[in-house]
Amino acid sequence: MIQLKNVSKTYTGAKAVHALTNVNLHIPAGKIFGIIGPSGAGKSTLLRCINLLEKPDAGEVWVDGQRLDTLTPRELRKARQKMGMIFQHFNLLSSRTVAENVAFPLEIAKVPAAKRRQAVTELLELVGLSDKANVYPAQLSGGQKQRVGIARALANQPRVLLCDEATSALDPETTKSVLQLLKSINEQFNLTIVVITHEMPVIQEICDLVAVLEHGTVQECGPVIDVFTRPQAEATKRMLRGSITANIPPEILSRPSQGNGPRRLLKLSFVGERAHQPIISQMVQNYHVDANILFGRIDQMKDLPFGMLVIELVGEEDSLSQAVDFLKRQQVELEVLA
Amino acid sequence: MLQQAFVETLIMVGASTAVAAVCGLPLGLILACTAPGHILEQRLVNRILGAIINVGRSVPFIILMVAVIPFTRFVVGTSIGTAAAIVPLSIAATPFVARIVESAVFEIDRGVIEAAQSMGSSPWQIIWKVLIPEARPALVLGLTITTVNLIGYSAMAGAIGGGGLGDLAIRYGYQRFRADVMLQTVVLLVILVQALQMLGDWASRKLSKR
Repeated sequence: MIQLKNVSKTYTGAKAVHALTNVNLHIPAGKIFGIIGPSGAGKSTLLRCINLLEKPDAGEVWVDGQRLDTLTPRELRKARQKMGMIFQHFNLLSSRTVAENVAFPLEIAKVPAAKRRQAVTELLELVGLSDKANVYPAQLSGGQKQRVGIARALANQPRVLLCDEATSALDPETTKSVLQLLKSINEQFNLTIVVITHEMPVIQEICDLVAVLEHGTVQECGPVIDVFTRPQAEATKRMLRGSITANIPPEILSRPSQGNGPRRLLKLSFVGERAHQPIISQMVQNYHVDANILFGRIDQMKDLPFGMLVIELVGEEDSLSQAVDFLKRQQVELEVLA
Repeated sequence: MLQQAFVETLIMVGASTAVAAVCGLPLGLILACTAPGHILEQRLVNRILGAIINVGRSVPFIILMVAVIPFTRFVVGTSIGTAAAIVPLSIAATPFVARIVESAVFEIDRGVIEAAQSMGSSPWQIIWKVLIPEARPALVLGLTITTVNLIGYSAMAGAIGGGGLGDLAIRYGYQRFRADVMLQTVVLLVILVQALQMLGDWASRKLSKR
Protein backbone atom coordinates (compact mmCIF):
# COMPACT_ATOMS: atom_id res chain seq x y z
CA MET A 1 0.00 0.00 0.00
CA ILE A 2 2.72 2.42 1.02
CA GLN A 3 6.26 2.14 -0.17
CA LEU A 4 9.21 4.37 0.60
CA LYS A 5 12.29 3.81 -1.50
CA ASN A 6 15.63 5.25 -0.41
CA VAL A 7 13.98 8.28 1.14
CA SER A 8 16.35 10.88 2.55
CA LYS A 9 15.67 14.24 4.10
CA THR A 10 18.13 16.80 5.41
CA TYR A 11 17.18 20.03 7.09
CA THR A 12 19.55 22.74 6.09
CA GLY A 13 20.21 25.56 8.45
CA ALA A 14 22.97 26.76 10.72
CA LYS A 15 23.71 23.08 11.25
CA ALA A 16 22.48 20.48 8.76
CA VAL A 17 20.32 17.78 10.32
CA HIS A 18 20.04 14.44 8.57
CA ALA A 19 16.48 13.64 9.59
CA LEU A 20 16.19 10.58 7.35
CA THR A 21 18.88 8.60 5.57
CA ASN A 22 18.02 6.04 2.90
CA VAL A 23 14.79 4.83 4.44
CA ASN A 24 13.13 1.87 2.78
CA LEU A 25 9.75 0.79 4.07
CA HIS A 26 6.95 -1.33 2.76
CA ILE A 27 3.64 -0.99 4.52
CA PRO A 28 1.15 -3.65 3.42
CA ALA A 29 -2.53 -2.85 2.89
CA GLY A 30 -4.95 -3.36 5.76
CA LYS A 31 -2.24 -3.58 8.43
CA ILE A 32 -1.53 -1.37 11.40
CA PHE A 33 2.09 -0.39 11.03
CA GLY A 34 3.98 1.15 13.93
CA ILE A 35 7.05 3.31 13.75
CA ILE A 36 8.78 3.66 17.08
CA GLY A 37 11.87 5.50 18.14
CA PRO A 38 13.19 8.04 20.62
CA SER A 39 12.40 11.69 20.08
CA GLY A 40 14.54 13.20 17.36
CA ALA A 41 14.78 9.86 15.54
CA GLY A 42 12.96 11.24 12.51
CA LYS A 43 9.55 9.66 13.11
CA SER A 44 7.52 12.78 12.39
CA THR A 45 9.54 13.55 9.29
CA LEU A 46 9.08 10.00 8.06
CA LEU A 47 5.31 10.15 8.57
CA ARG A 48 5.12 13.53 6.82
CA CYS A 49 7.06 12.17 3.87
CA ILE A 50 4.19 9.76 3.23
CA ASN A 51 1.71 12.57 2.49
CA LEU A 52 4.43 14.94 1.32
CA LEU A 53 3.92 17.51 4.06
CA GLU A 54 7.68 17.12 4.06
CA LYS A 55 9.23 16.77 0.66
CA PRO A 56 12.05 14.20 0.66
CA ASP A 57 15.37 15.36 -0.83
CA ALA A 58 15.81 11.99 -2.49
CA GLY A 59 13.91 8.76 -2.96
CA GLU A 60 10.43 7.76 -4.00
CA VAL A 61 7.11 7.75 -2.17
CA TRP A 62 4.44 5.40 -3.44
CA VAL A 63 0.94 5.15 -2.04
CA ASP A 64 -1.61 2.76 -3.53
CA GLY A 65 0.33 2.41 -6.75
CA GLN A 66 0.72 6.15 -7.25
CA ARG A 67 4.05 7.92 -7.01
CA LEU A 68 3.45 11.03 -4.91
CA ASP A 69 6.76 12.87 -4.83
CA THR A 70 6.60 13.81 -8.50
CA LEU A 71 2.99 15.05 -8.56
CA THR A 72 2.05 18.66 -9.29
CA PRO A 73 0.64 20.60 -6.32
CA ARG A 74 -2.89 20.17 -7.65
CA GLU A 75 -2.52 16.39 -8.14
CA LEU A 76 -0.92 16.10 -4.72
CA ARG A 77 -3.88 17.85 -3.08
CA LYS A 78 -6.20 15.39 -4.80
CA ALA A 79 -4.11 12.46 -3.53
CA ARG A 80 -4.03 13.87 0.01
CA GLN A 81 -7.82 13.88 0.11
CA LYS A 82 -7.57 10.11 0.13
CA MET A 83 -5.18 10.07 3.10
CA GLY A 84 -6.37 10.93 6.59
CA MET A 85 -4.11 12.24 9.30
CA ILE A 86 -4.54 12.71 13.04
CA PHE A 87 -2.26 14.67 15.34
CA GLN A 88 -0.91 14.70 18.87
CA HIS A 89 -2.54 18.06 19.56
CA PHE A 90 -5.67 17.26 17.53
CA ASN A 91 -5.42 20.45 15.44
CA LEU A 92 -9.14 21.09 15.27
CA LEU A 93 -10.49 24.42 14.07
CA SER A 94 -11.53 26.31 17.19
CA SER A 95 -13.99 28.48 15.27
CA ARG A 96 -15.98 25.49 14.03
CA THR A 97 -18.32 23.14 15.87
CA VAL A 98 -17.60 19.42 16.04
CA ALA A 99 -19.91 18.75 13.08
CA GLU A 100 -18.37 21.60 11.08
CA ASN A 101 -14.89 20.30 11.81
CA VAL A 102 -15.82 16.87 10.51
CA ALA A 103 -17.43 18.51 7.46
CA PHE A 104 -14.25 20.49 6.71
CA PRO A 105 -12.43 17.90 4.55
CA LEU A 106 -15.70 17.28 2.69
CA GLU A 107 -15.93 20.98 1.89
CA ILE A 108 -12.33 20.89 0.71
CA ALA A 109 -13.22 17.98 -1.57
CA LYS A 110 -16.30 19.93 -2.76
CA VAL A 111 -18.84 17.36 -1.61
CA PRO A 112 -22.40 18.74 -1.92
CA ALA A 113 -23.99 20.00 1.31
CA ALA A 114 -26.70 17.34 1.59
CA LYS A 115 -24.21 14.50 1.24
CA ARG A 116 -21.93 16.27 3.69
CA ARG A 117 -24.59 16.38 6.38
CA GLN A 118 -25.33 12.72 6.02
CA ALA A 119 -21.68 11.74 6.11
CA VAL A 120 -21.06 13.86 9.21
CA THR A 121 -23.95 12.19 11.03
CA GLU A 122 -22.57 8.75 10.24
CA LEU A 123 -19.01 9.67 11.18
CA LEU A 124 -20.01 11.14 14.53
CA GLU A 125 -21.96 8.00 15.24
CA LEU A 126 -18.91 5.89 14.38
CA VAL A 127 -16.73 7.71 16.92
CA GLY A 128 -19.52 7.95 19.50
CA LEU A 129 -19.94 11.73 19.55
CA SER A 130 -23.39 12.20 18.01
CA ASP A 131 -24.51 14.22 21.04
CA LYS A 132 -21.62 16.67 20.68
CA ALA A 133 -22.30 17.71 17.07
CA ASN A 134 -22.98 21.36 17.86
CA VAL A 135 -20.38 21.82 20.58
CA TYR A 136 -17.11 23.70 20.02
CA PRO A 137 -13.81 21.81 20.46
CA ALA A 138 -12.86 23.94 23.49
CA GLN A 139 -15.65 22.25 25.43
CA LEU A 140 -14.39 18.72 24.75
CA SER A 141 -11.95 16.51 26.65
CA GLY A 142 -8.71 15.36 25.00
CA GLY A 143 -10.10 11.96 24.13
CA GLN A 144 -13.21 13.49 22.60
CA LYS A 145 -11.10 15.91 20.57
CA GLN A 146 -9.07 13.03 19.18
CA ARG A 147 -12.29 11.24 18.27
CA VAL A 148 -13.35 14.32 16.32
CA GLY A 149 -9.90 14.25 14.71
CA ILE A 150 -10.44 10.61 13.72
CA ALA A 151 -13.92 11.31 12.33
CA ARG A 152 -12.48 14.22 10.35
CA ALA A 153 -9.63 12.10 9.03
CA LEU A 154 -12.05 9.41 7.86
CA ALA A 155 -14.49 11.81 6.18
CA ASN A 156 -13.24 11.34 2.63
CA GLN A 157 -13.01 7.56 3.02
CA PRO A 158 -9.23 7.46 2.87
CA ARG A 159 -7.11 4.47 1.95
CA VAL A 160 -4.54 5.33 4.57
CA LEU A 161 -4.67 6.86 8.05
CA LEU A 162 -1.52 8.50 9.40
CA CYS A 163 -1.32 8.92 13.17
CA ASP A 164 1.22 11.38 14.52
CA GLU A 165 1.70 10.56 18.23
CA ALA A 166 -2.09 10.42 18.36
CA THR A 167 -2.27 9.27 21.97
CA SER A 168 0.77 10.97 23.47
CA ALA A 169 -1.27 13.84 24.91
CA LEU A 170 -3.87 11.54 26.45
CA ASP A 171 -4.08 9.77 29.80
CA PRO A 172 -3.68 5.95 29.84
CA GLU A 173 -7.39 5.26 30.12
CA THR A 174 -8.28 7.51 27.18
CA THR A 175 -5.31 6.20 25.21
CA LYS A 176 -6.74 2.70 25.50
CA SER A 177 -10.15 3.71 24.19
CA VAL A 178 -8.70 5.70 21.29
CA LEU A 179 -6.46 2.75 20.37
CA GLN A 180 -9.45 0.43 20.48
CA LEU A 181 -11.28 2.78 18.13
CA LEU A 182 -8.34 2.76 15.69
CA LYS A 183 -8.21 -1.02 15.86
CA SER A 184 -11.91 -1.40 15.14
CA ILE A 185 -11.69 1.07 12.24
CA ASN A 186 -8.80 -0.94 10.84
CA GLU A 187 -10.88 -4.11 10.99
CA GLN A 188 -14.15 -2.54 9.85
CA PHE A 189 -12.83 -0.67 6.79
CA ASN A 190 -9.67 -2.67 6.15
CA LEU A 191 -7.91 0.67 6.43
CA THR A 192 -4.13 0.82 6.41
CA ILE A 193 -2.97 2.68 9.51
CA VAL A 194 0.51 4.07 10.14
CA VAL A 195 1.22 4.96 13.76
CA ILE A 196 4.25 6.81 15.01
CA THR A 197 4.88 6.83 18.73
CA HIS A 198 7.56 6.69 21.37
CA GLU A 199 5.34 4.53 23.57
CA MET A 200 5.92 0.77 23.43
CA PRO A 201 2.45 -0.11 24.77
CA VAL A 202 0.83 1.61 21.76
CA ILE A 203 2.76 -0.64 19.39
CA GLN A 204 2.09 -3.67 21.55
CA GLU A 205 -1.61 -2.98 21.74
CA ILE A 206 -2.60 -2.42 18.13
CA CYS A 207 0.27 -2.88 15.65
CA ASP A 208 0.80 -5.84 13.37
CA LEU A 209 4.18 -4.68 12.14
CA VAL A 210 6.76 -2.36 13.58
CA ALA A 211 9.80 -0.46 12.36
CA VAL A 212 12.36 0.80 14.83
CA LEU A 213 13.79 4.14 13.83
CA GLU A 214 16.90 5.74 15.23
CA HIS A 215 19.17 8.47 13.89
CA GLY A 216 17.03 8.69 10.77
CA THR A 217 17.51 5.09 9.71
CA VAL A 218 15.37 1.99 10.07
CA GLN A 219 17.18 -0.27 12.53
CA GLU A 220 14.81 -3.16 12.41
CA CYS A 221 11.47 -3.98 10.86
CA GLY A 222 9.05 -6.88 11.08
CA PRO A 223 6.08 -8.40 12.89
CA VAL A 224 5.71 -6.87 16.35
CA ILE A 225 5.95 -10.22 18.10
CA ASP A 226 9.27 -11.04 16.42
CA VAL A 227 10.84 -7.65 16.91
CA PHE A 228 9.81 -7.40 20.52
CA THR A 229 10.63 -10.94 21.58
CA ARG A 230 13.75 -11.47 19.49
CA PRO A 231 15.22 -8.01 19.01
CA GLN A 232 18.23 -7.95 16.70
CA ALA A 233 19.21 -4.30 16.55
CA GLU A 234 20.99 -2.60 19.41
CA ALA A 235 18.45 0.23 19.28
CA THR A 236 15.56 -2.18 19.80
CA LYS A 237 17.26 -3.91 22.70
CA ARG A 238 18.00 -0.60 24.33
CA MET A 239 14.42 0.45 23.90
CA LEU A 240 13.04 -2.83 25.22
CA ARG A 241 15.25 -2.61 28.27
CA GLY A 242 13.13 -1.05 30.95
CA SER A 243 9.99 -2.14 29.21
CA ILE A 244 7.61 -4.75 30.51
CA THR A 245 8.41 -7.57 28.10
CA ALA A 246 12.14 -7.85 28.66
CA ASN A 247 12.76 -6.63 32.11
CA ILE A 248 13.68 -8.98 34.92
CA PRO A 249 14.04 -7.26 38.27
CA PRO A 250 17.80 -7.29 39.01
CA GLU A 251 17.35 -8.50 42.59
CA ILE A 252 16.06 -11.84 41.22
CA LEU A 253 19.25 -12.45 39.28
CA SER A 254 21.53 -11.34 42.08
CA ARG A 255 19.81 -13.25 44.87
CA PRO A 256 22.21 -15.83 46.29
CA SER A 257 20.87 -19.29 45.61
CA GLN A 258 20.07 -21.37 48.64
CA GLY A 259 22.04 -24.50 49.11
CA ASN A 260 24.65 -25.62 46.63
CA GLY A 261 24.83 -28.28 44.01
CA PRO A 262 24.26 -28.04 40.28
CA ARG A 263 21.69 -25.53 39.12
CA ARG A 264 20.70 -23.57 36.05
CA LEU A 265 19.06 -20.19 35.80
CA LEU A 266 16.90 -20.06 32.67
CA LYS A 267 14.77 -17.48 30.95
CA LEU A 268 11.95 -18.89 28.84
CA SER A 269 9.79 -16.93 26.42
CA PHE A 270 6.59 -18.35 25.00
CA VAL A 271 4.65 -16.96 22.10
CA GLY A 272 1.08 -17.65 21.04
CA GLU A 273 -0.23 -21.20 21.48
CA ARG A 274 2.84 -22.38 23.32
CA ALA A 275 2.06 -20.01 26.15
CA HIS A 276 -0.74 -22.39 27.05
CA GLN A 277 1.18 -25.70 27.05
CA PRO A 278 2.31 -27.29 30.32
CA ILE A 279 5.94 -27.86 29.32
CA ILE A 280 7.41 -26.98 32.70
CA SER A 281 5.41 -29.63 34.44
CA GLN A 282 6.30 -32.20 31.75
CA MET A 283 9.96 -31.40 32.24
CA VAL A 284 9.79 -31.76 36.01
CA GLN A 285 8.05 -35.13 35.72
CA ASN A 286 10.34 -36.57 33.05
CA TYR A 287 13.79 -35.41 34.12
CA HIS A 288 13.70 -35.39 37.92
CA VAL A 289 14.69 -31.81 38.42
CA ASP A 290 13.15 -29.24 40.67
CA ALA A 291 11.93 -26.07 39.06
CA ASN A 292 11.78 -22.95 41.10
CA ILE A 293 9.86 -20.16 39.42
CA LEU A 294 11.55 -16.88 40.24
CA PHE A 295 9.74 -14.50 37.97
CA GLY A 296 7.08 -14.65 35.32
CA ARG A 297 4.53 -12.69 33.39
CA ILE A 298 2.14 -13.04 30.52
CA ASP A 299 1.46 -10.15 28.18
CA GLN A 300 -0.71 -9.65 25.21
CA MET A 301 0.68 -8.35 21.93
CA LYS A 302 -2.31 -7.27 19.91
CA ASP A 303 -4.08 -10.68 19.81
CA LEU A 304 -1.13 -12.93 20.68
CA PRO A 305 -0.34 -14.00 24.24
CA PHE A 306 3.30 -13.69 25.11
CA GLY A 307 4.77 -15.21 28.25
CA MET A 308 8.11 -15.00 30.01
CA LEU A 309 9.42 -17.09 32.90
CA VAL A 310 12.62 -17.07 34.87
CA ILE A 311 13.18 -20.45 36.52
CA GLU A 312 15.90 -22.04 38.50
CA LEU A 313 16.47 -25.77 37.95
CA VAL A 314 18.05 -27.82 40.70
CA GLY A 315 19.11 -31.45 40.30
CA GLU A 316 21.85 -33.79 39.11
CA GLU A 317 24.17 -32.42 36.43
CA ASP A 318 22.98 -35.03 33.88
CA SER A 319 19.31 -34.39 34.54
CA LEU A 320 19.87 -30.69 34.20
CA SER A 321 21.46 -31.02 30.74
CA GLN A 322 18.67 -33.33 29.61
CA ALA A 323 16.04 -30.94 30.92
CA VAL A 324 17.62 -28.05 29.09
CA ASP A 325 17.79 -30.10 25.89
CA PHE A 326 14.12 -30.95 26.34
CA LEU A 327 13.24 -27.29 26.63
CA LYS A 328 15.26 -26.49 23.54
CA ARG A 329 13.27 -29.08 21.60
CA GLN A 330 10.06 -27.31 22.60
CA GLN A 331 11.00 -24.33 20.45
CA VAL A 332 10.51 -21.94 23.28
CA GLU A 333 12.92 -19.02 23.38
CA LEU A 334 15.52 -20.22 25.88
CA GLU A 335 18.27 -18.22 27.42
CA VAL A 336 20.60 -19.69 30.02
CA LEU A 337 21.28 -16.87 32.43
CA ALA A 338 23.59 -18.71 34.88
CA MET B 1 -21.51 73.02 17.02
CA LEU B 2 -20.64 70.08 19.23
CA GLN B 3 -23.11 67.86 17.44
CA GLN B 4 -21.73 68.77 14.03
CA ALA B 5 -18.18 68.09 15.18
CA PHE B 6 -19.27 64.72 16.59
CA VAL B 7 -20.85 63.72 13.29
CA GLU B 8 -17.71 64.82 11.42
CA THR B 9 -15.55 62.67 13.67
CA LEU B 10 -17.83 59.68 13.15
CA ILE B 11 -17.72 60.14 9.37
CA MET B 12 -13.94 60.54 9.23
CA VAL B 13 -13.18 57.67 11.56
CA GLY B 14 -15.89 55.37 10.22
CA ALA B 15 -14.99 55.85 6.57
CA SER B 16 -11.23 55.60 7.06
CA THR B 17 -11.57 52.50 9.26
CA ALA B 18 -13.66 50.87 6.55
CA VAL B 19 -11.17 51.76 3.80
CA ALA B 20 -8.19 50.67 5.93
CA ALA B 21 -9.88 47.36 6.76
CA VAL B 22 -10.68 46.65 3.12
CA CYS B 23 -7.14 47.49 1.96
CA GLY B 24 -5.28 46.25 5.03
CA LEU B 25 -6.84 42.78 5.20
CA PRO B 26 -5.51 41.50 1.87
CA LEU B 27 -2.17 43.23 2.45
CA GLY B 28 -1.86 41.63 5.88
CA LEU B 29 -2.82 38.22 4.50
CA ILE B 30 -0.22 38.51 1.74
CA LEU B 31 2.33 39.62 4.31
CA ALA B 32 1.59 36.65 6.58
CA CYS B 33 1.26 33.96 3.90
CA THR B 34 4.44 34.93 2.06
CA ALA B 35 6.48 34.88 5.27
CA PRO B 36 9.25 32.25 5.51
CA GLY B 37 7.78 28.83 6.22
CA HIS B 38 4.19 29.85 5.58
CA ILE B 39 1.77 28.53 2.99
CA LEU B 40 2.84 30.77 0.10
CA GLU B 41 6.44 31.47 1.05
CA GLN B 42 7.80 34.27 -1.18
CA ARG B 43 10.71 35.88 0.63
CA LEU B 44 11.24 38.70 -1.88
CA VAL B 45 7.56 39.72 -2.01
CA ASN B 46 7.43 39.53 1.75
CA ARG B 47 10.48 41.69 2.27
CA ILE B 48 9.44 44.38 -0.22
CA LEU B 49 5.89 44.58 1.11
CA GLY B 50 7.17 44.67 4.67
CA ALA B 51 9.51 47.54 3.83
CA ILE B 52 6.74 49.58 2.16
CA ILE B 53 4.48 49.05 5.14
CA ASN B 54 7.22 50.12 7.53
CA VAL B 55 7.77 53.32 5.58
CA GLY B 56 4.04 54.01 5.68
CA ARG B 57 4.00 53.52 9.42
CA SER B 58 7.02 55.68 10.17
CA VAL B 59 5.91 58.87 8.42
CA PRO B 60 4.37 61.22 11.04
CA PHE B 61 0.69 61.68 10.32
CA ILE B 62 0.77 65.46 10.07
CA ILE B 63 3.50 65.23 7.40
CA LEU B 64 1.74 62.39 5.58
CA MET B 65 -1.41 64.50 5.48
CA VAL B 66 0.34 67.34 3.69
CA ALA B 67 2.41 65.04 1.48
CA VAL B 68 -0.59 63.25 0.01
CA ILE B 69 -2.51 66.46 -0.81
CA PRO B 70 -2.14 65.96 -4.59
CA PHE B 71 -3.47 62.44 -4.28
CA THR B 72 -6.32 63.62 -2.06
CA ARG B 73 -7.27 66.25 -4.61
CA PHE B 74 -7.22 63.57 -7.30
CA VAL B 75 -9.51 61.25 -5.32
CA VAL B 76 -12.08 63.58 -3.76
CA GLY B 77 -11.61 66.69 -5.90
CA THR B 78 -10.54 68.92 -3.00
CA SER B 79 -7.83 68.88 -0.40
CA ILE B 80 -9.86 70.62 2.31
CA GLY B 81 -12.74 69.36 4.48
CA THR B 82 -14.04 66.26 6.16
CA ALA B 83 -14.12 64.11 3.00
CA ALA B 84 -10.55 65.16 2.16
CA ALA B 85 -9.37 64.14 5.61
CA ILE B 86 -10.58 60.59 5.02
CA VAL B 87 -7.88 60.00 2.40
CA PRO B 88 -4.77 60.55 4.59
CA LEU B 89 -6.46 58.85 7.55
CA SER B 90 -7.09 55.76 5.43
CA ILE B 91 -3.54 55.80 4.10
CA ALA B 92 -2.13 56.07 7.60
CA ALA B 93 -4.32 53.28 8.99
CA THR B 94 -3.88 50.74 6.17
CA PRO B 95 -0.32 49.63 7.01
CA PHE B 96 -1.30 49.49 10.67
CA VAL B 97 -4.19 47.16 9.85
CA ALA B 98 -1.91 45.07 7.62
CA ARG B 99 0.46 44.47 10.55
CA ILE B 100 -2.44 43.63 12.84
CA VAL B 101 -3.79 41.12 10.33
CA GLU B 102 -0.31 39.64 9.95
CA SER B 103 0.13 39.12 13.68
CA ALA B 104 -3.41 37.72 14.02
CA VAL B 105 -2.60 35.14 11.33
CA PHE B 106 0.74 34.27 12.96
CA GLU B 107 -1.10 33.56 16.17
CA ILE B 108 -2.99 30.67 14.57
CA ASP B 109 -1.55 27.31 15.59
CA ARG B 110 0.61 25.98 12.75
CA GLY B 111 -0.75 22.51 13.43
CA VAL B 112 -4.21 23.60 12.34
CA ILE B 113 -2.81 24.84 9.03
CA GLU B 114 -0.85 21.62 8.64
CA ALA B 115 -4.03 19.63 9.27
CA ALA B 116 -5.80 21.57 6.52
CA GLN B 117 -2.88 20.88 4.18
CA SER B 118 -2.95 17.19 5.02
CA MET B 119 -6.57 17.09 3.84
CA GLY B 120 -5.59 18.51 0.47
CA SER B 121 -6.67 22.13 0.96
CA SER B 122 -5.42 24.66 -1.57
CA PRO B 123 -3.75 27.83 -0.26
CA TRP B 124 -6.87 29.75 -1.20
CA GLN B 125 -9.08 27.36 0.80
CA ILE B 126 -6.74 27.67 3.76
CA ILE B 127 -7.00 31.46 3.66
CA TRP B 128 -10.80 31.48 3.44
CA LYS B 129 -11.67 28.51 5.59
CA VAL B 130 -8.88 28.49 8.16
CA LEU B 131 -6.92 31.72 8.47
CA ILE B 132 -9.73 34.28 8.33
CA PRO B 133 -12.24 32.38 10.53
CA GLU B 134 -9.61 31.39 13.08
CA ALA B 135 -8.18 34.92 13.24
CA ARG B 136 -11.57 36.62 13.52
CA PRO B 137 -11.53 37.40 17.27
CA ALA B 138 -8.02 38.87 17.00
CA LEU B 139 -9.01 40.79 13.88
CA VAL B 140 -11.97 42.39 15.63
CA LEU B 141 -9.77 43.46 18.54
CA GLY B 142 -7.19 44.82 16.11
CA LEU B 143 -9.81 46.77 14.23
CA THR B 144 -10.98 48.27 17.52
CA ILE B 145 -7.45 49.47 18.24
CA THR B 146 -7.28 50.92 14.74
CA THR B 147 -10.53 52.82 15.23
CA VAL B 148 -9.43 54.27 18.54
CA ASN B 149 -6.11 55.32 17.01
CA LEU B 150 -7.95 56.98 14.15
CA ILE B 151 -10.01 59.04 16.60
CA GLY B 152 -6.70 60.41 17.89
CA TYR B 153 -5.36 61.01 14.38
CA SER B 154 -8.58 62.70 13.32
CA ALA B 155 -7.86 65.52 15.80
CA MET B 156 -5.02 66.54 13.50
CA ALA B 157 -7.37 66.63 10.55
CA GLY B 158 -8.22 70.16 11.66
CA ALA B 159 -4.98 71.17 9.96
CA ILE B 160 -6.66 70.61 6.60
CA GLY B 161 -10.13 71.75 7.68
CA GLY B 162 -11.42 68.30 8.40
CA GLY B 163 -13.41 69.39 11.43
CA GLY B 164 -14.39 66.93 14.11
CA LEU B 165 -14.21 66.87 17.89
CA GLY B 166 -10.44 67.15 18.21
CA ASP B 167 -10.35 70.17 15.94
CA LEU B 168 -13.15 71.77 17.93
CA ALA B 169 -11.23 71.22 21.17
CA ILE B 170 -8.11 72.84 19.73
CA ARG B 171 -9.72 75.83 18.04
CA TYR B 172 -12.40 76.73 20.61
CA GLY B 173 -11.24 75.07 23.78
CA TYR B 174 -7.52 75.79 23.52
CA GLN B 175 -7.00 78.76 21.26
CA ARG B 176 -10.09 80.71 22.46
CA PHE B 177 -9.81 79.64 26.12
CA ARG B 178 -13.29 78.08 26.14
CA ALA B 179 -12.80 75.63 29.02
CA ASP B 180 -16.43 74.48 28.75
CA VAL B 181 -16.05 73.47 25.07
CA MET B 182 -12.77 71.76 25.86
CA LEU B 183 -14.36 69.79 28.68
CA GLN B 184 -17.40 68.81 26.64
CA THR B 185 -15.39 67.57 23.67
CA VAL B 186 -12.96 65.66 25.83
CA VAL B 187 -15.80 64.00 27.76
CA LEU B 188 -17.49 63.11 24.50
CA LEU B 189 -14.26 61.63 23.13
CA VAL B 190 -13.72 59.60 26.29
CA ILE B 191 -17.24 58.21 26.07
CA LEU B 192 -16.77 57.44 22.36
CA VAL B 193 -13.53 55.56 22.93
CA GLN B 194 -14.92 53.66 25.91
CA ALA B 195 -18.01 52.65 23.99
CA LEU B 196 -15.98 51.51 20.99
CA GLN B 197 -13.60 49.47 23.11
CA MET B 198 -16.44 47.80 24.95
CA LEU B 199 -18.17 46.99 21.68
CA GLY B 200 -14.94 45.57 20.25
CA ASP B 201 -14.25 43.45 23.33
CA TRP B 202 -17.78 42.14 23.35
CA ALA B 203 -17.73 41.25 19.63
CA SER B 204 -14.35 39.54 19.94
CA ARG B 205 -15.52 37.49 22.92
CA LYS B 206 -18.66 36.55 21.04
CA LEU B 207 -16.60 35.31 18.09
CA SER B 208 -14.02 33.45 20.13
CA LYS B 209 -14.94 29.82 20.74
CA ARG B 210 -11.76 28.92 22.55
